[in-house]
Amino acid sequence: MADTDATLAELLIAQCAEVWRDDPEWLATGITPIPRLGASLAKLSFNPRLMITDAENMFLEEPAPIGPREGSPTVEGWAPYARTFDNLWGGRRHALVAPVQIDRFGQTNISVIGSHDAPKAALLGARGFPGNSISHPNSFFFPQHSKRALVAGEVDFVCSVGYNPARWPDGRKPHRLELRRIVTNLCVLDFGGPQHAIRLVSLHPGVPLDEVRDNTGFDIEADGEIAETPLPGAEALAIIRRLDPYDIRATLLKGNPPAVRTA
Amino acid sequence: MLDKRMSVDAIVDQLRDGMTIAIGGWATRRKPMALVRAIARSDLKDLTVIAYGGPDVGMLAASGKLKRLIFAFVSLDHIPIEPHFKAARQAGLEVWEMDEGMLHWGLRAAAMQLPFLPTRVGIGTAIAENPRFRTITSPYDDGETLIAMPAIRPDVALLHVHRADERGNVLTLSPDPFFDELMARAAGRTFVTTEKLVTTAELDLPANARFHLVERPLISGVAEAAFGAHPTSAAPDYQLDLGHLRTYAAAEGEAWDAYRAQFIDGDAQSYLAAVGGADAIRAIPAPVY
Repeated sequence: MADTDATLAELLIAQCAEVWRDDPEWLATGITPIPRLGASLAKLSFNPRLMITDAENMFLEEPAPIGPREGSPTVEGWAPYARTFDNLWGGRRHALVAPVQIDRFGQTNISVIGSHDAPKAALLGARGFPGNSISHPNSFFFPQHSKRALVAGEVDFVCSVGYNPARWPDGRKPHRLELRRIVTNLCVLDFGGPQHAIRLVSLHPGVPLDEVRDNTGFDIEADGEIAETPLPGAEALAIIRRLDPYDIRATLLKGNPPAVRTA
Repeated sequence: MLDKRMSVDAIVDQLRDGMTIAIGGWATRRKPMALVRAIARSDLKDLTVIAYGGPDVGMLAASGKLKRLIFAFVSLDHIPIEPHFKAARQAGLEVWEMDEGMLHWGLRAAAMQLPFLPTRVGIGTAIAENPRFRTITSPYDDGETLIAMPAIRPDVALLHVHRADERGNVLTLSPDPFFDELMARAAGRTFVTTEKLVTTAELDLPANARFHLVERPLISGVAEAAFGAHPTSAAPDYQLDLGHLRTYAAAEGEAWDAYRAQFIDGDAQSYLAAVGGADAIRAIPAPVY
């Protein structure tokens, strides 16, 4: 049952959860609050096989709420960084991360804006993106769908591998490269077009296709009738409220807009 | 010979201009900050730092100590962009950037006395365009092209541990040992600061055997430095001081001199007083991630 009072943040959390719907028993990593809430929602609603961490170094039996909390859910395992690398190199993980830029190949950037030698803005550095991208499935979240984030050409510094054979050694697709979905504040995309081209899966309620096109630096495949992103159901909303008791999600998108855009 | 006790400043006296120094810990966790502050006070220059970077990198950058950084990220986690690193990077700090796991692999290669270890990590990214990386073809039937991750060999590793005896038996009691062990094995010499210097019996081995970092011949010097990781964490002894990290992060540009005068230029005692004292640090609740 859909709840029309849902906010866009809640719709995005539910769409983030969807990326893990059919995943096997492995680690679900969601970076930044909306993807993280999505991973927790997936585990609590339709995929209890998933492993979730406390965002530090312990696996939790039940996902922890975000924000201040007393105590912690039961710990079910240990995930220091060395083991995290061993686990992810073994492929048993699907990460949903929030890069600064993505291009038409699905290559992403969190290192610098501008040139690497003389950056206009220094960001984090590549972190684990290179290894993640060739080891296990990855999905992406963009809270602000714009041409600055979904860029024309290539991203400024390719931190994670995409479907760009020009960058693959000997033209061979890197081991286990598999890009799944892109969730933005306007729509859901996947890599289901020809040669893994980025394709529209659904538009969020009230978002016109032209708005997506106008705010994307590359072409998006959109054929036939276009689906509308479903609103989160009452059960999902109840879980989200339990996972975010302080309503941190209301602060994550400018103006905390409703899921159904009003004219 | 087996008494390896020394002071924090005596450790810094072992360092030389232009050295390559690996700094243990990860972002805002278990960084040897007392040593970092002592380096910031020293005349040392042109250092190459290897780190899973946090305020260690930012503080040395803001203090003009860095020539080059070998890294995968620099972040204060709760404050994602490290402002002092950002400023230095944008002002032309030389960097060798790689994936977190490549750094792990480079340290491991050095620890194993190997010239390189093969990896797929970095393949297909802009990281691999750096001519410091070369590729190797698998000699087996798969024929795959791999990156030959070169050994990363620091001159010195600097670590912060929880307990140590005078011989260099050290315990890291925190929930994640990070890659401190590999740094110690990769480096020419390793110096540690410790929350508490204790007798060998007080290390409580074998109960604490899983926390024993490396064999003691790898440890060249041990300095007691209570709260030596502050403002980063040395959990379970104390948690990271997010309030202080915010003060540190806000001390950009001209404000840096005031931060430096208040928190870096003094000795350990005045530092502890300036950040609120031992009880206040011990009372800081665990961070929420």
